[in-house]
Amino acid sequence: MRARDTTHPAEAGRRGRLTDMDAIEVDGLKRRYAKGFEAVRGVSFSVREGEIFALLGTNGAGKTSTVELLEGLARPSGGKVKVLGFDPYSERTAVRPRTGVMLQEGGFPSELTVTETIRMWAGCTSDARPIGEVLAQVGLSDRRANVRVKQLSGGERRRLDLAMALVGHPEVLFLDEPTTGMDPEGRRDTWELVRELRRAGTTVLLTTHYLEEAEELADRLAIMRSGRIVTTGTPEQVVAERPSSIRFMLPDGLTAQHLPPTLPPATVREGRFEIRTPQLQAVLTDLLLWARQTGVELPGLHARTATLEEVFLEIAQLPDENDEDGQAPDAAKSGEKEVERV
Amino acid sequence: MSTTDAATVKAPGRVDTSAMGRRLRALGRAELTLLFRNKAMLFVALATPILLTVLMRQTISGMNLEGTGLSMGTVLIPGSIGYVLVFAVYANLTGIYVTRREELVLKRLRTGEASDGEILAGSALPSLVLALGQCVLLLGGGAVLLDLAPPERPELVAAGLLLGLVLMVLLAGVSAVFTRSTEASQITTFPFMAVSFVGSGIVVPLDVMPDALATVCSLLPVSPTMELVRNGWVGTLSGADTVKALGVLVVWIILGTLAVRRWFPWEPRR
Repeated sequence: MRARDTTHPAEAGRRGRLTDMDAIEVDGLKRRYAKGFEAVRGVSFSVREGEIFALLGTNGAGKTSTVELLEGLARPSGGKVKVLGFDPYSERTAVRPRTGVMLQEGGFPSELTVTETIRMWAGCTSDARPIGEVLAQVGLSDRRANVRVKQLSGGERRRLDLAMALVGHPEVLFLDEPTTGMDPEGRRDTWELVRELRRAGTTVLLTTHYLEEAEELADRLAIMRSGRIVTTGTPEQVVAERPSSIRFMLPDGLTAQHLPPTLPPATVREGRFEIRTPQLQAVLTDLLLWARQTGVELPGLHARTATLEEVFLEIAQLPDENDEDGQAPDAAKSGEKEVERV
Repeated sequence: MSTTDAATVKAPGRVDTSAMGRRLRALGRAELTLLFRNKAMLFVALATPILLTVLMRQTISGMNLEGTGLSMGTVLIPGSIGYVLVFAVYANLTGIYVTRREELVLKRLRTGEASDGEILAGSALPSLVLALGQCVLLLGGGAVLLDLAPPERPELVAAGLLLGLVLMVLLAGVSAVFTRSTEASQITTFPFMAVSFVGSGIVVPLDVMPDALATVCSLLPVSPTMELVRNGWVGTLSGADTVKALGVLVVWIILGTLAVRRWFPWEPRR
């Protein structure tokens, strides 16, 4: 049984090192939990070699449930996953030496020290990097090397987890909320490290609920909701799909009816007007020309393209189709916090 | 094909045993460190079998062993091995598996290169080595103190002990299925311990039970080990009884393996 799962290393190399291939391919992926809740409902995307791909979504959107399937921790209830050309579940022995995983939550024996923990992990890893080198890379100093895991701060634990993910020279790295619990400095260090890894050719799939993290790091991203991908693309593409907004006020006596008819309809709330349009420049020009011709002041004028945050919140506020299914799945719920800006 | 080629080129589809050994050592080493840091657990695992053996002497001196071919020593010492199996391996490991699962350590390990079997086996190594040491100590010490003759069939004693150890690991895995927390493991392991003490010949040899009861009891998981160790020691085990005892052990091992593969929970249920 085990023997059949094992692929000859040379063959693994051939299959895995095709140029221009997708490091991760996901097609129609589904995951249904024992209690019947379907956490992943047909997700498809691909991550090219050397790319950083971010999965975003609110609590229970299915990010972790999806990533666990890519990591090969469970068998999908439908659809296909390929990591480096292999099924991460059934061809485990071919995939594992080439991937690094950082779970959403630690997974360390609390009574072991930092060094003991990573030594255990290195012993389970072929061609492991020196322990001191990896700890230095994630910024865990020598002084912390002999501290028990239970005495580490949340941020230090994330660093230790990252170190473990890096021990085996991974070609594909899965980071499930890598910077949750880190202070801003730790977060920036981690971002720099991830960029460094990309420069060296590592493929990174990360989930995050920090939108800034996705904007900083991701080459492409997907926003999930209720087990499906709602939108995907480069951060610029995702934002470009959404209308830009122009906000302003009008002097007393003027109402929306005075605005030129060429403008898209404006919404008014407490005297503040808002126009949403995909053609920011053209509409703004019309508005400003009208204002100059009629000599009108536009107090509080403010124009900008959509932000990732707006896109995200808009998706999060869609009516919840999960309601009839009850609560979010237990496995995906643990430790997730509300979406926040850093 | 030259022999050097065969030796240097790894056969496709072959499990790399040196890598497996390295992983088992790494897991075992970590677990051993943890065992020595948990003094209470270590004390229970090490001291209980010895304390119970000492206490059991009193009970056995009141037993009628005539016609069974057994003596104080051949009842007591195999019984102490039963305590080792049940306390140092079964109960101890159930707690370890549950603790590691609840800490998400098992889940973490499964993202790496170690196979499921290696993870469970590696975590069991220190308990097994410790248990073997205890058994050697008890058998040797008991033989000297109680003036026992050397075993008649040492190979049966060894087979019963080793297969028994394997079975305890598997049953610890099965117990972990219905144990939600480390604390709960002290309760969930109790029924099996109680049944084994009473029914498997740890305290009362099956030879002194009524025949019908003895037949049923001989099918319990720990019974064959006790029978192989005790009756293998004094050489009173017939060929048919030997085959039956080994057969029962193997059936339990197969059932245990299937159950662990099917139901072992690798992460907490919340």
